[in-house]
Amino acid sequence: MALVQGTGSDVAPTTASIGARLRRSLRNSRVYQGVLGVGVFFLIWYLLVDVFGVWRFAEMPKLVVGVKEWVSRDPVFGVSLFTAEYYKHIWASIFRVLVAFLAATFSGIAIGILMGWRRIFFGLTFPILEILRPIPILAWIPLAIILLPGRELPIIALTFLAAFFVTILNTLLGVRAIDKVYFRAAESLGFSQWQILWHVIVPGALPYIFVGLQIAMGACWFSLVAAEILSGSAGLGYKVWETYYYVQFPTMVSTMATLGFFGYISSALVRAAGNRLMRWRQELLAGI
Amino acid sequence: MMSKIGELSIRHAGKIYDPEGIHVVALDDVSLEIEAHEFCVVVGPSGCGKTTLLNAIAGFDQLTDGEISMDGVLLASPGKKLLPGPDRMVVFQQGALFPWKSVMWNVTCGPLKQGRMNSVEAVEKAAELLARVGLHGIEDQYPEALSGGQKRRVEIVRALMNDPTVLLLDEPFRALDALTKSVVQEHLLELFDFTPKTVFFITHDLEEAIFLADRVAVMTTRPGRIKKIVEVDIPRPRNYRVLTTDRFLEFKADLGEAIHEEAIQAFEAGERELA
Repeated sequence: MALVQGTGSDVAPTTASIGARLRRSLRNSRVYQGVLGVGVFFLIWYLLVDVFGVWRFAEMPKLVVGVKEWVSRDPVFGVSLFTAEYYKHIWASIFRVLVAFLAATFSGIAIGILMGWRRIFFGLTFPILEILRPIPILAWIPLAIILLPGRELPIIALTFLAAFFVTILNTLLGVRAIDKVYFRAAESLGFSQWQILWHVIVPGALPYIFVGLQIAMGACWFSLVAAEILSGSAGLGYKVWETYYYVQFPTMVSTMATLGFFGYISSALVRAAGNRLMRWRQELLAGI
Repeated sequence: MMSKIGELSIRHAGKIYDPEGIHVVALDDVSLEIEAHEFCVVVGPSGCGKTTLLNAIAGFDQLTDGEISMDGVLLASPGKKLLPGPDRMVVFQQGALFPWKSVMWNVTCGPLKQGRMNSVEAVEKAAELLARVGLHGIEDQYPEALSGGQKRRVEIVRALMNDPTVLLLDEPFRALDALTKSVVQEHLLELFDFTPKTVFFITHDLEEAIFLADRVAVMTTRPGRIKKIVEVDIPRPRNYRVLTTDRFLEFKADLGEAIHEEAIQAFEAGERELA
């Protein structure tokens, strides 16, 4: 408990202010702001479509109709919260994202760290990666279908690809951004090369790596939907396109919202994992 | 009985950055013999090559002329350097505690990674040294949770945990406010009296130099040369009261003139470079 001794400048928070702080955080909470923002979005939708039927929004499903279809036990277009098909598509997409994201994370971090750690590896790999990286994911689709067997593997490979490049680049930047003084300190302290890798490079690069993983997660969903639309037989992206084709707009919109929801959850999970692994940074960030 | 006692011998050390191009002479014919267990402070204006000299001793950088050896072992000469190691521990100007490790991990990692202590011994020794510099109960904190003065003390303890032959300090208290600085200086002296070591300390703060040193070497502005060496015979242990004694003020007057000349030169050189 004796947190500060000697010449410490820290000031302990007074216990009397805890109640006040709680009230303040309830009044000024991010959660409320977020809920309010989402509410305003749906209100605008409701007003534009349901109430006023503004021009060009005529084909857009009414908010009330969309929600009713989504929660219906007997949906008109066959997909709602209470149908197995809904969860089949969700699971198909989540499974692909999960596999692709984990593969991109492990391979991307490993390659990025090797590139930052060993000059020769950087020299060998950087040019080719920089050539492959700008090729849009849509341009990879035919090749993925030609090269890989079945339907599932091409979709996973495409979902993987963009995330893979993002993770490599951010890991590399993370290694590069580590202050040289930590390497010097580690050398003086008698660390072996492996100890430097494990205790300096990996934790030092972690902040950038997790920024990369957040972007990579977004890239996964983006690529997933593109791949599912073009070569899938299940999945949320596929369902969006199918419902468009069969003019089932309420289901189309609820499927889009489902994509958004799981995208949000997955990003939040990555963020939470990052915070857990980088507890040392919370003190740093709290000081700002 | 022990071969590693810590005699540091700097002979005609020279360092030229970019000899083909702009040809910056950072060090020019610097010679300095530092005795075992001597506290030697090098003072000079910013950019005078102090850090270059320290980096050469530490093994981070090579010389382009002359040589540096410790107890007869060559540390640096043109084209050669002994790789950095725990025999020459460095306390860095900007601080180099690993922010992603706890204080205890930082302090004990040296002897543990070198396999010189088991974790029980290391933790015991660390707790003892930390207590000696007035730090209790911070072992599980991350460095970022500490104040500037606490961090510097932890870093000095981390260096001493490795039982270095020579302790190299590169303006370690530069970023501290005056009050914190005086406390941390006293703690450093306490550690020095407790476990005598050869100490090579760099600063541009003259008071700090006199307060800490057995000998103060004044360096000239670029090219860096030794301008003056003064023995500070103020008896140890010293505390902050020394700062106001006549003897201290005599040293300050004597050395102050030499430093001031160099400061002016450095300033004018800076003006010229900017012009």
